[in-house]
Amino acid sequence: MASVIEAKGLKKSFGDLVAVDGISFHVVQGECFGILGPNGAGKTSTIRMTYGFSPMTGGILTVFGLPISEGWRVIKTRIGVCQQENNLDPDLTVQQNLEVFARYFDVPKRQARERAEKLLEFMGLDHRKKAKVTELSGGMMRRLVLARALINDPDLLILDEPTTGLDPQSRHQVWDRLEELRAKGISILLTTHYMDEAARLCDRLVIMDHGRILVEGTPMDLIRKHVGQDVIEVATPSDALRAYMRSQSMAYEDLGHRLIIYGKEGETLFHKISNEYCQEGCILRMATLEDVFLKLTGRGLRE
Amino acid sequence: MSPMSSIRISKRFIRVWQRNLTVYQKIWKVVLLPPILEPIFYLLAFGAGLSVLVGAIHYHGSEVSYVRFIAPALLAINMMHNAFFENTYASFVRMYYQKTFDAMMATPLNLEEIMTGEIIWGATKSVIATAIMQAVISLFGLVQYPQGLLIIPLAFLAGIAFGSIGLFFTSMVRTIEMFNLPVFLFVTPMFVFSGTFFPLENLPLWAQRLAAIFPLTHLVNLTRSLSLGLMTPDLLWGLAYLGLFSLFFFPLAILRMRRRLIK
Repeated sequence: MASVIEAKGLKKSFGDLVAVDGISFHVVQGECFGILGPNGAGKTSTIRMTYGFSPMTGGILTVFGLPISEGWRVIKTRIGVCQQENNLDPDLTVQQNLEVFARYFDVPKRQARERAEKLLEFMGLDHRKKAKVTELSGGMMRRLVLARALINDPDLLILDEPTTGLDPQSRHQVWDRLEELRAKGISILLTTHYMDEAARLCDRLVIMDHGRILVEGTPMDLIRKHVGQDVIEVATPSDALRAYMRSQSMAYEDLGHRLIIYGKEGETLFHKISNEYCQEGCILRMATLEDVFLKLTGRGLRE
Repeated sequence: MSPMSSIRISKRFIRVWQRNLTVYQKIWKVVLLPPILEPIFYLLAFGAGLSVLVGAIHYHGSEVSYVRFIAPALLAINMMHNAFFENTYASFVRMYYQKTFDAMMATPLNLEEIMTGEIIWGATKSVIATAIMQAVISLFGLVQYPQGLLIIPLAFLAGIAFGSIGLFFTSMVRTIEMFNLPVFLFVTPMFVFSGTFFPLENLPLWAQRLAAIFPLTHLVNLTRSLSLGLMTPDLLWGLAYLGLFSLFFFPLAILRMRRRLIK
């Protein structure tokens, strides 16, 4: 499979601050590739370079096989970008937002109108064509931004936190649409803070922190490799349980008020722990990407 | 490579211009009122109220009525205002509050084209407003034709000059309130000291020299000569000044905007 994006030793600094510290990754044609990481990890800087918004400081970056610095115009005609902020044009109606944007891509007027109609229908906005952007709900705005990113019929969709701030209904609607697009063969590069979003949408992903890539893989592989199958959480653990855990060679985290135990044969262990060490406040659940994320990037706040 | 030589502009800037035109078409009725009403107010106030006190004015060896003297200045001020305010407040709103430029930069447009589209749009607004105002003024018989027709293309050049310096200020201000500075230190002094409402010759020599720095001084001189049908070779100096002014501030505005927006 051909690579849609290929980054080698990609670097971005702002003065002394190194935002992206020589990362390498590639996105294969037709896949959904996720970049995860806490605030300030370098996600947005990375994707801004891939759509030619920010000049890169060093390394190699090609999109559709073209180096970004020379092929930017060709590359940009073939990608759709959904930036982090809702920068819809408040001076224009819903439909005009799409048609005016189509002009930036030199899409002929009739074709632009047809595409706009189809996309508004696809995003469930066809009843709000003439509405002002400021009258739309948050979910509708986000869907319109997504529709706008598709107006040039792109081969690659770049999404910077596409569902931040949306209610669960709107998030699921956006996910459904993205899955339909991926089924049609569009490649997707996505950043997100939501682990359930990444686990559901991404074929492969990387977790970044401090400008570097910590791990790369499919969501399932990463969970299996770094956490295991099951997680046991114990609220207000007793000293006896702590002593027991220290005597075992198992991976666990002690957060003081809460003990988190990672493992493969969770059920047997869970019965033992819940019978012997705690009567309530003890749960067994499937390991998630969030466990991987927190284990790798720590629990400290990023501001 | 010098920063100047890296300015790449294709005709795609038209797309940015078109975007502003689309918005303008939605609100044109409101936008058209000022250039119709403003000259009427001014001509009434100055013509009826002030010309009795002032009488006729000596201008380039001939006597002109006060109303005939200030009417072309109103056109020149109108050109300045339309382009300057479009590329300061309106451009700033698009850049800072609406993030319109950020969205455009994710398309095949580049920053140079976006800024060029903005400036050409400011110049276009200057032309539209001038044409309307000139039509109103011409109804009073205050513009000599066919020479007066040249005022329209002049409005475009003036629009580029004032739009460019406007966008240059836009690239520098942190908040929209800071536009008060260029307005009160640049636009307002020009408004009164550029030979607009009284002949420059009435000022002391040093002040006349100072006024020659103002682009509006040259613009007023040009519109006044064209309105009065006085075609003299020295008008070319004024044109050259406005041209050079544009050639300086147009690329400067783009370079400053690049420094501000490309991160």
